[in-house]
Amino acid sequence: MSSDEVVLEARALTKVYRMGEVEVRALAGVDFALHAGELVVLVGASGSGKSTLLNLLGGLDTPTGGSVRYRDHDLTRAGDAALTRYRREHVGFVFQFYNLVPSLTARENVELVTDISPEAAPAEETLALVGLSERMDHFPAQLSGGEQQRVAIARAVAKRPDLLLCDEPTGALDSATGILVLEVIEKVNREIGTSTVVITHNAPIAAMADRVVTLADGKVISERRNRTKAAARDLRW
Amino acid sequence: MRPLTKKLWRDLLHMRWQVVTIALVVAAGVANYVSISGTYASLLGARDRYYERERFANVFAPCARAPRAIVPDLAAIDGVARVYPRIVEHGLIPMTTMPEPAGATLISLPVDGVPPLVGVVVMAGRLPDPERTDEALLLDAFASNHDLHAGEMLSVVINGTLRQVRISGIAMSPEYILSAEMGGGRGDDRFAVLWMPEAVLAAAYDLEGAFSNVLLSTEPGANERAVLAEVDRILEPYGGSGAVPRSHQISAYVVDGEIAQLSGMATTIPFIFLSVAAFLLHVALSRLVELQRGQIAILRAVGYRASEVGAHYLAFVAIIGLLGGALGIGLGVWLGEAWMNLYLEFFHFPYESFRLTPDVAITAVAVSVGAAFAGATTTVLRVMRLPPADAMRPASPDVYRASLLTRIGLVRLFESGGRMVLREIERRPGRLLLSSFGIAMSVAILVAGRFNGDAIEYLMENLFGRAMREDVMLGFVRPVPEASLLELAHLPGVHRVEGFRQVPARIRFGHAHRDVGLAGHPPDLALRRIMDLEGTFHRPPEHGLAITTKLAEILGVRVGDEVDVEVLAGSRRRAPVRVTALVEEMFGLQGYMTDDNLRRLLREEPSIDVALMTVDPSQLGELRRRLTRLPGVGSVVRRTAILQAFREQTGRMLGTMTLILTLFAGVIAIGVVYNNARVALSMRQRDLATLRVLGFTRREVGSVLFGEIVSHLLLGVPFGLWAGHWMAVGIMSTIDPERYRWPVVIGPQTYAFAALVVIVTTMATWLVFRERLRRLDLIAVLKTRE
Repeated sequence: MSSDEVVLEARALTKVYRMGEVEVRALAGVDFALHAGELVVLVGASGSGKSTLLNLLGGLDTPTGGSVRYRDHDLTRAGDAALTRYRREHVGFVFQFYNLVPSLTARENVELVTDISPEAAPAEETLALVGLSERMDHFPAQLSGGEQQRVAIARAVAKRPDLLLCDEPTGALDSATGILVLEVIEKVNREIGTSTVVITHNAPIAAMADRVVTLADGKVISERRNRTKAAARDLRW
Repeated sequence: MRPLTKKLWRDLLHMRWQVVTIALVVAAGVANYVSISGTYASLLGARDRYYERERFANVFAPCARAPRAIVPDLAAIDGVARVYPRIVEHGLIPMTTMPEPAGATLISLPVDGVPPLVGVVVMAGRLPDPERTDEALLLDAFASNHDLHAGEMLSVVINGTLRQVRISGIAMSPEYILSAEMGGGRGDDRFAVLWMPEAVLAAAYDLEGAFSNVLLSTEPGANERAVLAEVDRILEPYGGSGAVPRSHQISAYVVDGEIAQLSGMATTIPFIFLSVAAFLLHVALSRLVELQRGQIAILRAVGYRASEVGAHYLAFVAIIGLLGGALGIGLGVWLGEAWMNLYLEFFHFPYESFRLTPDVAITAVAVSVGAAFAGATTTVLRVMRLPPADAMRPASPDVYRASLLTRIGLVRLFESGGRMVLREIERRPGRLLLSSFGIAMSVAILVAGRFNGDAIEYLMENLFGRAMREDVMLGFVRPVPEASLLELAHLPGVHRVEGFRQVPARIRFGHAHRDVGLAGHPPDLALRRIMDLEGTFHRPPEHGLAITTKLAEILGVRVGDEVDVEVLAGSRRRAPVRVTALVEEMFGLQGYMTDDNLRRLLREEPSIDVALMTVDPSQLGELRRRLTRLPGVGSVVRRTAILQAFREQTGRMLGTMTLILTLFAGVIAIGVVYNNARVALSMRQRDLATLRVLGFTRREVGSVLFGEIVSHLLLGVPFGLWAGHWMAVGIMSTIDPERYRWPVVIGPQTYAFAALVVIVTTMATWLVFRERLRRLDLIAVLKTRE
């Protein structure tokens, strides 16, 4: 489904965290490109730099060195206001722990986004896309883990983002529920054409990607293209 | 409704008890502010409107008898706008309901009944008919005290002659907002004003073509001092006893003093409440933000601006502020009306009530939201600075280090529960201090609020118990020979009789002067003693004059200085006298001499006008009957009656005051304790759950939180007792010391009461909270992600 157009590109990306007197090199020169409509799976062990890379790509954080470009925008030099606009207009996030607002219903959690994005589809439509039409007025505490994650995905894609960035979206779920969630991500990628990055330390998930990038110690150590993409529902772990 | 708005309301609902308890503290502060400021503004407005509508004069000048021919001279004084000469004399009203006659001030009315200065407001009935000689307007305060109405008859002694006067109407005047007579201090029931046609009073007092009192208004920007000096100069040959400016007119003076006292209170007390509220909001919001780090992050991640997220949390506190503000304004208006009614028992205005002016309301709202913002600022700024990626990670664990308490081994003395309490205190000493401060303030408010009661009790015990020891005091209308005491001694039931002479006098030093009471005590006077604040007794100096410390301060006099004493009655003698001693008395401005020295000053034969008696209580009834029949007796006062009346009046006021303050102090204590416990529980629930898993009982787990509350009490209560004392000193210092000053005496029962109220409130709040704690499934907490 991917084209040759590069949507998001990182070059020589470094990120150093200072924790007290210790310097932690989370990223040590990463080159990465995401093509339009492409689904990339980032794999690697804990601490390999996956989440850091995702945060930088999504404009949640700024790099110590190197550059990130989204189409013709240089995110490296963008200030907080510009990054906020970038996230607001172009990026959808899905996190391992859903991060739903517990005091809002499923529908209202999605409306958090539709409220500030003029292009957004109605919350109901997006919730239908993730199969939650029946449970729109439930609060997070009344939903199962898988349902909560699907609300989180609905919230991420409601504004029809160009990019969908998922950080361990199945990490807190059992495999059956996890597969349901992956099916939704796959569907969004296919039907809306959203360029998607999925982080996982769960190797079998890599089979559903167009391309698999492996990180270790803050560097890209391998990159491979899947000749045939597996359907999410056929995955097993 | 926008989803963020929904989140806001649901957060508020979720934290409703914290919201309510904090809003109540805000409300208490705002209610104080609105009621006190509102009363202040209402009284000030009432006074100013009254003065303006009724053309209140700028200068008041009494004299003995001045010809009307000098009026143009007075009018020609630079800066004088208007001159109104009138007759003011003194009469008596014998009342069947009182053993002694009431004093009456008789004031002339011009033919048209409308004085050009210092008008009269007719509340009922009509002006006296200028054609008739037996009609008068009667002062409202006196009329209502004795249930007198227009059309009824009144006996009045006018220049020594008893006359029947018809009350044509009931009236008020800005000259008598507070009805009191010079140096007399009689209550509303003993002091009357009668306004009668000028011709009637002129004939009665032989003042045709003359006046005995003149009112002047001045032009804006006029030099008041110069005007006063000129008026004095012109009136001197006619027995002028000194012109006074509006600020020293007796009613205006007292009213101004009371109003000024309110303005000081209007800021201090609300400030205490609002700072406690700000602190509570800070604690509650910091915790809320801590709990919602993930939510803040997601809002930022999906593209909400830092300012939008910040505004969301500001709105949270603003709503609590507004809630408290609205509640406080409502409560404040209610309290203000009560306050105002209390004032209107003493202050007589023809048309006033408590008014909430827009500026007070707007300030109240601004101040309550301001306090909320003050408490929230640092937290909201922290929210806005939180990088979205950071917010996604749980906050790093709090850093605990082996600290001083651990190193000196103190911590080892406690069980693990106690250790957790100690470590928490060590880690957040700021919160301990601020919470204790909150507790301390609620204790202090109670101490300061009730100290008046102790001080009055002290005053009663000392003044009435030790300094004034007579059973009955007799006041004579005119001085009588000292020999009259012998007659009194023979009355039934009288054990002992003493007497002394007392005159009103003006004491001048340099440019300053004050009108005071000057008493001449015989050396063996035992029933009335001069006592200072420490309770030490003094005798009048052998030579010269002793004055109160306050009078000395005002006049700038030191021991050894010579002051000019002018007697304002009888002979009107004027002579220099040396001040030879100072005495620090509780009440105002006084002077003391020996009876011989005063007599020499007055150039009089030995005479008295006050007689003091100790009597056999069983014969009191008969004695009173005999005393009222004695000629020349102006007043008969039983000491126990004064005491009782005083106790009743202050008891009622104090009771109300204590109730209100106890409620308010309780509100603070509840706010501090509940919010601290709630936040502590939220912050420590994992620790506490872990303790449960390890086999601690609910009670043991609860004691960790309870220990913190006890630590706040241990620090807060003693500090509050101390702070309350100083708050009382502060309040006392705002009272005009020319009127009264009493020592800041706080009895152990007040300290005990204040401490007890706060401790009991704290314990009750804890019990309520413990119930909530019991219902909380601590173990389930461990299964959720931080």
